[in-house]
Amino acid sequence: MKLFSFKGGIKPDPNKTQSTVLPIAQAPLTSRYIVPLHQSVGGTPRPTVQVGERVLKGQRIGEADGWISAAVHAPTSGTVVEIGPHIIPHPSGLATDCVVIEADGRDAWIERTPFDLDQAEPDAVRDYLRDMGIVGLGGAVFPSHVKLSVPRGKQVEQLIINGAECEPFITCDDRLMREQATEVVQGSLLFGRLLNAGKVLIGIEDNKPEAIAALKEAQQQLEAPLEIVTVPTIYPTGGAKELIRVLTGKEVPGSRRSTDFGVQVFNVATVQSAWRAITYGEPLISRIVTISGAVGEARNWSVPIGMPINVLVKLAQPRTDMDGVIMGGPMMGFRIPATAAPVIKATNSLIVHAPGLFPPKPAELPCIRCGSCAQACPQELQPFELYWWSRSAKFEKLENYKLFDCIECGCCDFVCPSHIPLVNYFRFAKSEILAEQREQQIADAARERHEFRQERAEREKREKAERLAKANAARKAEGKDLSAAALSPSPKTAPANDPDAAPDISSHPDQASTPISMDNHPVLDATAKQAAILAATERARLKREKHAGKSRDTTH
Amino acid sequence: MDGILYAIAIMALGGVVLGALLGYASTRFKVEGDPLVDKIDSILPQTQCGQCGFPGCRPYAEAIAKDEADINQCPPGGDENIHKLAELLGKEYKPLSEEHGIEKPKQVAIIDEKVCIGCTLCIQACPVDAIIGAAKQMHTIAEDLCTGCELCIPPCPVECIHMVTVVDTPDTWKWQKPGTASRVIPIIPVMATIQSEHA
Repeated sequence: MKLFSFKGGIKPDPNKTQSTVLPIAQAPLTSRYIVPLHQSVGGTPRPTVQVGERVLKGQRIGEADGWISAAVHAPTSGTVVEIGPHIIPHPSGLATDCVVIEADGRDAWIERTPFDLDQAEPDAVRDYLRDMGIVGLGGAVFPSHVKLSVPRGKQVEQLIINGAECEPFITCDDRLMREQATEVVQGSLLFGRLLNAGKVLIGIEDNKPEAIAALKEAQQQLEAPLEIVTVPTIYPTGGAKELIRVLTGKEVPGSRRSTDFGVQVFNVATVQSAWRAITYGEPLISRIVTISGAVGEARNWSVPIGMPINVLVKLAQPRTDMDGVIMGGPMMGFRIPATAAPVIKATNSLIVHAPGLFPPKPAELPCIRCGSCAQACPQELQPFELYWWSRSAKFEKLENYKLFDCIECGCCDFVCPSHIPLVNYFRFAKSEILAEQREQQIADAARERHEFRQERAEREKREKAERLAKANAARKAEGKDLSAAALSPSPKTAPANDPDAAPDISSHPDQASTPISMDNHPVLDATAKQAAILAATERARLKREKHAGKSRDTTH
Repeated sequence: MDGILYAIAIMALGGVVLGALLGYASTRFKVEGDPLVDKIDSILPQTQCGQCGFPGCRPYAEAIAKDEADINQCPPGGDENIHKLAELLGKEYKPLSEEHGIEKPKQVAIIDEKVCIGCTLCIQACPVDAIIGAAKQMHTIAEDLCTGCELCIPPCPVECIHMVTVVDTPDTWKWQKPGTASRVIPIIPVMATIQSEHA
């Protein structure tokens, strides 16, 4: 098969051999699990359990909110002891709502029923995967069912299963492909079927020969109609856009979706977990996490989602001088703010940090515009220009330089001779721009509502005036016909035809005889309001006194 | 002699043709409304709070466009908006006028539902219809729609509305600008050096 290449990229020290020696181990049960409700891109799931409720392993504890959202499940059986804010592994160090489960040690499953794929409508499959909490496990945690719905009129020519795993230190996909090759192949076929894909390709970097061999063997056994493609090891081949480029030669711009070009990409662990959800009825409640860095025993663990990171890291015998944990790889990961945070669906790797593991980054020097970053950028951007405008906060300029095409891979940081933390500048600029857009949206909505309100007030005023005029006209006619009225009952019909005529006006004929709108009458308006306020205050005072009296009664 | 007449005729004809063209263009491409007011209005935060002294953001934008109001009268917009307005209008930046208020972090109003008596006065005051309720029924505020204008607070007869500052969530949190080490260039006053040379 003909391979293509992308521009740029780097070859950092892979550091993968440390953690690939040992097989995946099952993390032992712990006493408390903290499951954040919001773990995937999109809406925050609503909790479906209450504090004190007993839950079983695999029971849904948060249901998806909206189309772009995915459910979350209990990782073990036990009791819900708290639903409230807890710190999560996020660079902000902020807390979000989590369901805390006290494990009962039985680890008892809910009833698991396989999903009958042959009987189901395509929409039902997608809903099922959403309710099983299947999201992208490569790190982006985008709900998979959304990616499985192809826009009308589009056809997926190539489905790419991403097993490249290009980032140093991370080996969770490597070990998964070696140990669960059959499930990975079956999952790939499943997604190929769901997408009606013309071709299924599994792309793996050539530094994982064992994984390639295992997958090829599984493919032969299953006689699976898919292709296992070995790609050269260049960081960041594992980026979706880069892998698409390498395997198909197609270039997807940042503003478009890959399905517009007939390609869709999923991670190997995602297809495997989706296959297990369909075949065994198992929701996504655990994932494989690489623990490496300053530890005695670097290896991969199968970890229940919600396990506190400090408990997990202890299993790997961290060095005594450890001073932090990085979630993700050294290129794109971040230092987690507190190790009390739990493992989430996005946690593919934890690197235990200790002094000396990574050389400290030298102080930032001025940009000399050498252009190394532009040569390294796999997205063919000009990081030095992006840096310039990000730094001076000229965000509108960044649009021209396609800031949002940046995948934050860190190649530019890696090659910069001035040690400028370029990606951090881009993250800063991106979050500022997104915040500004959010604010603009809010402001636009507020303007619209305000304008609508004013229009409504105007309309009400006009309608009231019209009604008044009508009523007055009717009354005048009535007055004129008064002599005739004594003979016939017809004059009454005029006001009766107009049920909207303000009743308070008709009860005060002397006031109504002059066409005054209530709105335009300052005295009437103000006194009425004053009276309403006085009455309300009085009522509130009484209520408050009653309340105070009650609470006094209860306290004594 | 003929040449001059021809030249005059051609120039006159040209003038008539171009004049007609301009006249047509001015009606064909007439700009409805005042684009400057729209531009100013799009910068203003749309809280409709009236702290600027005008009954809403649009009237304030109109006043700025007519040069009847200063650009530093909008506390919710804060410093950033003054800079933007200054840039748009080619005016000099000036700090927020204190008599109109101080810049605060974004807030939303919350009704203490236990105390609310259902008087509807706050509903009438809300400029963006963010309060839901009916007479003698408990009221509540749709937080997403609340602009934090505080206009509902004074009318409340039972003081059951208070403002809370909006806190960041992981979704709205923003990355900090990387700390750039500022290089300090020592400045030696010229007079001091001259004096020391003389001494």
